[in-house]
Formats: sequence, structure tokens, C-alpha cells
Amino acid sequence: MMNTHKPLSELAKTIRSKNAGTDKITFDVIFRERDTYELVKRSKALTPRSVCEILNIDESRLTDFVEYDPAYAIKFTILRLRPSGSAGDADIFGAQQYAPFLDVEVDMTA
Amino acid sequence: MASLKIICPNGHLGFAPLKTGSFHLGVAAKPDFIAADSGSDDIGPVPLGHDTCASPKAWQEHDLEEMLLAARKIGVPMMIGSAGDTGTNSRVDMYVQIIRDLAAKHDLPPFRIGWFYSEVSHDYVRAKIRGGSAITGLDAREDLTEEELDATSRIVAMAGVHPFRKLLEEGCDVIIGGRSSDSAIFAAAALHKGYPEAQSYYLGKVLECASFCAEPYGAKETVLGEITADHVEVTAMAPEQRCTVASVAGHAMYERSNPFHEYVAGGLLDMTHCHYDQVSEKTTRVTGMEFVPAPQFRVKLEGSGKVGERFVGMAGIRDPYTIANVDAVIDWARQQTVDRFGPDGWELHYSVFGRNGVMGDMEPLRDKPGHELCIVVQGVAPTREMAEEVTMTGTRQLFYARLPDVKGTAGGVSFVLDEVLAASPAYRWTLNHTMAVDDPLELFPTHTAMVGREGA
Repeated sequence: MMNTHKPLSELAKTIRSKNAGTDKITFDVIFRERDTYELVKRSKALTPRSVCEILNIDESRLTDFVEYDPAYAIKFTILRLRPSGSAGDADIFGAQQYAPFLDVEVDMTA
Repeated sequence: MASLKIICPNGHLGFAPLKTGSFHLGVAAKPDFIAADSGSDDIGPVPLGHDTCASPKAWQEHDLEEMLLAARKIGVPMMIGSAGDTGTNSRVDMYVQIIRDLAAKHDLPPFRIGWFYSEVSHDYVRAKIRGGSAITGLDAREDLTEEELDATSRIVAMAGVHPFRKLLEEGCDVIIGGRSSDSAIFAAAALHKGYPEAQSYYLGKVLECASFCAEPYGAKETVLGEITADHVEVTAMAPEQRCTVASVAGHAMYERSNPFHEYVAGGLLDMTHCHYDQVSEKTTRVTGMEFVPAPQFRVKLEGSGKVGERFVGMAGIRDPYTIANVDAVIDWARQQTVDRFGPDGWELHYSVFGRNGVMGDMEPLRDKPGHELCIVVQGVAPTREMAEEVTMTGTRQLFYARLPDVKGTAGGVSFVLDEVLAASPAYRWTLNHTMAVDDPLELFPTHTAMVGREGA
């Protein structure tokens, strides 16, 4: 079927990642309108399982997954394998880990 | 209705200079306090462990000068937490000296400065462990062991409102804090003036990152928070920014794993039932916050331990066959280092940019490298001399890697520099824990002095 899916980057106002303390990285996907937020929730494009698959990590590393209605946001947090800024860590701020979520396909018929 | 106003010009003072236009608009709005936090654990473990700043001193002086001159001009207290990025004792002393120098430079009338320290000794923490009071790990960490404590170079405790309130009660006009919970700086001012805990801590929470609670995005702009006994209102000072329901509610989740709860020394700010109203174009009002006092007084500790001296090397690759076999190239260089130095006692870290340098094993496209790669090599060893040689071996041997079918036999990688660069030593976060204390002030000794014309 054509045009029944859209990438998350076209639907969300903000898609970002950032340290949450020294041992975690948190991801925020924020929508401008309530309708879009509710649609993406219904589509199940982002679930605890799907975000771990996208990041190729074991689900035990996912510490939080929250649908945060006041800000029309889906928010999830993962444990780092080593604390931020350890030698070899290429993203001390955790600020460039969100890119794979730009391309997540959302079923617009949900 | 009685209210109190605080402005915050910068979410991490000194990390990038505050924008003066919106700050001056904020000062013109006649705030009762001017406050900012200067710290973050975002900057990695090196500044804390090595006792350095993450930012140029000139940027920190710029922000402190703007804030000091404004605060003295309108006669309100200025409060700074987490001096010099980390809030170590040396950074507090540095900020106090900057304030003294600025007072002399501008010939300011006398004022009272207060400051407090946050460093915690190894002996103090060791006594807690041996006394059976566990140093509890946060974020899935184990409780602290003496072995890990011994591996730690420096420890700071995260102050709550208590040392700030003590210094306000002593009449300080300028306060320089050691490591501080950023929301506590603002909350202390509101609590000092008699406002309730829930609204006070929420005021701190919403102001701590300055214009990150406004839209459109634009950092280092001033925001103004106003508290009453019932609500908090937050207003963007930059002409192009607004504090909206979306931007203020959205800020509650910034840099934190849970958008509903904020833990501070002494309790928990619960934002689950917060209600947001747009009360004017640039202002959002928040009600419904709650504060839950903690059953036991626990203080967060941050600690950083030295791993070794560090150098950095770089190499580029353009040959598609070499790119397809980059892991074998790296294995070769690593093996040459093993042959030279033995299997342990040093570290080599390779980040392969153009393949998965930024995301490592989490990169979905790790099997689709670009047409050229940059390898960043980090070598770590006990001495600078050895770290330099480890890094040089791990970098230059990329050039000599033996791939069976390579056409280019004159050199396997490109070099921007045929040398390796001295970097900061490698440290790691050893403590992200909490510790029980009997007295909220015992880790945070306070001091005051007069500064300015007569008192200089």
C-alpha cells in the first residue's frame, strides 16, 4: 500500500537524545499536536521492544519508557555500557544517539 | 498576592557566554534574586578528576561580571552553584577570587560574599562504609566498595538548599556554591522568603536551564520565574522566545529519565499532577506540584578516578577494500602493541567514524560504511611516555597492516598529522551514589567575608 506510512521525522517536532546523569542516555520524541501524538502511540511504532531492536540492545538496558501526555512526548531511557566520558566514548553528552529514530516508519492508518 | 521573582541567564554558567540582551531585559523586570548553576556532569569525568574547568576562564568571568554588576546595581542577592563546572574546592576559591577582582575593577561599594565547599574526603566515605552505612549506587550501580573508593581521585557531594539558606540568613549579597543540585539554588531563595516547598522546588526545576524551557530553541537567554504560595509562572525574556505549555511541560523531561519526579537532597518533587496554563503570550503558569520529604537524609556523591595518561591519533582510509577490512587493520595495529608491551597494562580505543564512530554497537548502519573513514585512536597507559608510544604504535601500525589482496602497498591509511597528540588524562566516573548524613550541613562548610572598597 502506498502512502500509508510516514517517517517519524515528518511527524515529530523534536527527536533528541541526551545524557541523564553519568550512566544513562535518554531519548525524547515530542509532537506539536495531540492528534499526531495519539496516532503515533496507537501505531506502536515506538514500544519498549521496538526501540531496543532499533538500537540493537538487550531490553534489560531499557530503564524507562514513558508516554508523557502533558508534553505530547514519548520518552525512553537506556543504560550506557560504560559511564559517559570513559576513554573510547565518542559521545560524551549522548547528544547524537537519536538519528536512527528519524527514519522509523509510522502507520498512518492506526 | 505576594510574589518573588528570580531570573536565570544561563543553564550552565560559563559553558557558553550568556546573551546580554535578554539578561538586561530580565534585570529591568526587577527580580528579587539573580541566580545560575555553573555545573554539569555532562562534561565527562575529566574536569572533576583532574580538577580543571571545562570552559575558558574568560567566559566564566564574562557571565559573573554581568551578573555581579546587575545584582549590585539593583541591590539583590546573586547566587551561583557548582562553581567552575565541577564545584570542587579549587573552583569555589577561583570564583570567589573572580568576584573580589571584579569588585575591585569596578570599585563596587562593600558587600558580603558567602561561599561553601562540597568536596568529601576518602576517609569520611570510608568511615561510612566501615560503619555499615552503605554508599548506595544509583542507576543500576552496585554499592560502593573500598576498592572503588581507592580508585577515585576526587569526590564532591551535591548540596541541596541548606548551605544556600544558611548563607542567605547570614545576609550574604553574593553566594558561590560548591557542587549543587541546580534546582536547589533557586528553591533556597524562595524557601528563605517563606514560600512552600513544592512551589519553591518547582521554581528551581523550571529555571535551572534558563531558556531551555522556552521556544523557539535558543540557549543562554534569560528567563524569569515568579512564585506565589499557589503557583509558579515562567516568562521568556528574549523578544523572540515564549514560555508555552508545550515548552515548559517539555522541559520537565529534559536530561532526566523520568519526567514526573525530581530527587533533591531531602525529598522528591512530584510533577505528576502539574497543570499548565498559558496566561499571556510569553508566560506559562504551573500549579499542582507536590513535595514529598525523604524519610532519610541522603546526599548524592559524584566521584572520578584516573585511569591513566592519554594520547590521541588519527588516520583516514579511502581504499574500499581496506574499508571493508577495517577491523582486520585495527586488529593488526593492536597486535603490534601487544607484541611491544604485552597483553595488558595499557588500553587502545578505536572509534571508526564513517561507519559507527558515534553510536558503536547501537549503529543500525554499521554494515554500510561510507566511502571514506576516519579512525580516532585513544591510547591510555600509566606514564605519558608509554601512553605516547602505545598510541603511536596503535596509529602508525594501521599504515602497515597486512591485508592479503590490497593493491596499495605503499601505505594503508592517510595521516593528517604524522604524530599523536597529548590529551587530558583518561578518567572514569567511579561514584554516582548516595550517602546518608545526620546533618544536612555537615558536608558543606560555609564562610563569609566583606568585599569591596573598604573590605577588599
